[in-house]
Amino acid sequence: MDGNAPDFAAASRAALADPELRGNFRRAMDGLMSKRAAQFADTGEWTGVRALAAAVRLRALSKLPELLEKLEETCTRNGITVHWAATTDDANAIALDILHKANAKLVVKGKSMVTEEMHLNAVLEQDGIEVLESDLGEYIVQMDGTMPSHIIMPAIHLNTRQIAHLFKRKLKDAESREDAAYLTDLARRVLRAKFEAADVGMSGVNAAVAETGTLCLIENEGNGRMCTTVPPVHIAFMGLEKVVERLEDVPPVISLLPRSATGQPITTYVNMISGPRKDGEKDGPREVHLVILDNGRSGIYADPELRDTLRCIRCGACMNHCPVYTKVGGHAYEAPYPGPIGKILVPQIEGLAKRGAMPHACTMCNACVEICPVKIPIVEIMGRLRVEAVRPGGAVKDGGAKASRTESMVWSGWAAMNASPTAYRLATAAMSKLGNAAPSSLPVLKEWTNVRTKPRFAGRTLHDLARAKGIPDV
Amino acid sequence: MSDARNSILAKLRATRDAHPLTPPASDFTPIEAKVWPEEERLPRIRRLMEAVHTEFLDATEADWPAVLRGFLAREGVGSLLYAPATEAGKRLVEGWEKGPLPAPTLIPYDRPLEDLKPRLFNAIDAGLTTTRGAIAETGSLILWPTAEEPRSLSLIPHIHVALLRADMLHDTFLQAVRAQGWAQAMPTNVLLVSGPSKTADIEQTLAYGVHGPKRLIVLVIHP
Repeated sequence: MDGNAPDFAAASRAALADPELRGNFRRAMDGLMSKRAAQFADTGEWTGVRALAAAVRLRALSKLPELLEKLEETCTRNGITVHWAATTDDANAIALDILHKANAKLVVKGKSMVTEEMHLNAVLEQDGIEVLESDLGEYIVQMDGTMPSHIIMPAIHLNTRQIAHLFKRKLKDAESREDAAYLTDLARRVLRAKFEAADVGMSGVNAAVAETGTLCLIENEGNGRMCTTVPPVHIAFMGLEKVVERLEDVPPVISLLPRSATGQPITTYVNMISGPRKDGEKDGPREVHLVILDNGRSGIYADPELRDTLRCIRCGACMNHCPVYTKVGGHAYEAPYPGPIGKILVPQIEGLAKRGAMPHACTMCNACVEICPVKIPIVEIMGRLRVEAVRPGGAVKDGGAKASRTESMVWSGWAAMNASPTAYRLATAAMSKLGNAAPSSLPVLKEWTNVRTKPRFAGRTLHDLARAKGIPDV
Repeated sequence: MSDARNSILAKLRATRDAHPLTPPASDFTPIEAKVWPEEERLPRIRRLMEAVHTEFLDATEADWPAVLRGFLAREGVGSLLYAPATEAGKRLVEGWEKGPLPAPTLIPYDRPLEDLKPRLFNAIDAGLTTTRGAIAETGSLILWPTAEEPRSLSLIPHIHVALLRADMLHDTFLQAVRAQGWAQAMPTNVLLVSGPSKTADIEQTLAYGVHGPKRLIVLVIHP
């Protein structure tokens, strides 16, 4: 394994050994699953709106280059400055350039997964710019010096006691009170002063409307509104797949996103921004910038099968329902996007050499596919990535990076055995006679038998049993 | 960065043309089918919004300033920011008659945010806005900020009071977008607001008033 590559197996072992972490995730995910299920109790409605949302996303992808050009045109007409970034380095450079021109010292940020992908906070801090996450969960995670463990609820890995201790350690005047209302109010006081003083506000984008040049942001807290209303400059970051064709395409997406994510009928705020402050208006930023990031997405788009990855609306429901994610939590993936969508998105963005293990962190149970509001065939794409990881020459970056001579030989042997009736009969007979004698401590078996009972081979093969019933071999 | 733009678009276009995608039809019927009888819309909006701590007051065109004044006085609210150039702002001032309790001071939002910021963040209790109706499906107010009625009126003060005319209710977000012709004239900012600011980021425990208004008061004006 690459010395710098995240080690999912080791990280997940550590997570499994932490009962408090597992308890935090178990409680949270059970709650989220039941709240989501209550929202979609009417299966007819779910089926219809889901088909519509999937169609809206597919229609956008079918016209992606034209819609991005149209978005640029309408945004520009509205007074929004549009920037294009091929890589995260380019996007960070664009952000720094805008910040330098604004002589910015303090930045407040709303939640944005793309900026996690860019490691933007570290870049800004290195440049001497104070950057403050203002979504409460992100604020907690930033204060803790870690990374979000869920794309919707970044601090879900921590319980109230742990957060109270963190606040006590990091915020002066904080009392030792394990009380969510008190802690929330404390954060409100600290962050309000920052919103008032900030030079630049940053945000993500949930959907960008090509027809009208509108950036849609959904949230519950109002911090997104603060970041996009109060500071004199607003910079929005989006992956290039976030565009939709028409304003009418927004309601179906908004209908499914919060219901899938947290089981809410809608978020407290749906914020639709179509430009900077106009002459005569008394508030709103004087400059709005939109940074459209590629970072490998055009490569994903190039493959007709992998392209479906770009339908994602970032609701996080796949995480909440994933039996692997719910056991090990988000940090084990060491990736900006954890869980099922992360397992297909991150290897395509960062390459299979570094992220080839992620698609294996899956039981192929299909739970994520069942609940995905835009019907992404996550498991099929996962299978494709597993193949690409060991077979050079595919569409994904660093394809073949996980190829192993031993594995290749084992599969060649398996194929040869199944292609020859004699070899097959000999092998299955040998297994039924000798297989149970293999000790659990054998290198290949050990990983399995450490946590599971070793399977027992039947004394007679299927062919023997069939023959005994009078069914002839073909 | 025009190089990045052109190379990204060229790549997308070439790969899409090599493997075109035929999407299924976008059938909006499942959303269009969501309709409620007129008399059920307001009770539904009220039920959904009250479930997330929104408070409701009932008034008429004639008495809404007095109803609001009485409520805010009882709640001990010290100051109310309003939009003086709007029809509602003018009505507010005209109808702000004396009552038994001390009324909040009316503060006009008559200058740029920069000049009002310290007061707005630190000394003003409540803000008053109009709405462009509400949505029955989700219990959401439609806010349509203008040059006269800035967006921070509904964001920075601890209490947001929104005037809702009971004859301006829509079934769904989609229906509101279509009926009001949004796509033809999007303003700088449009908002759906479905309650006071809230979070569940600390162990999934709901807490209200994290960054935006702590309280949302909907003052329903019945015809």
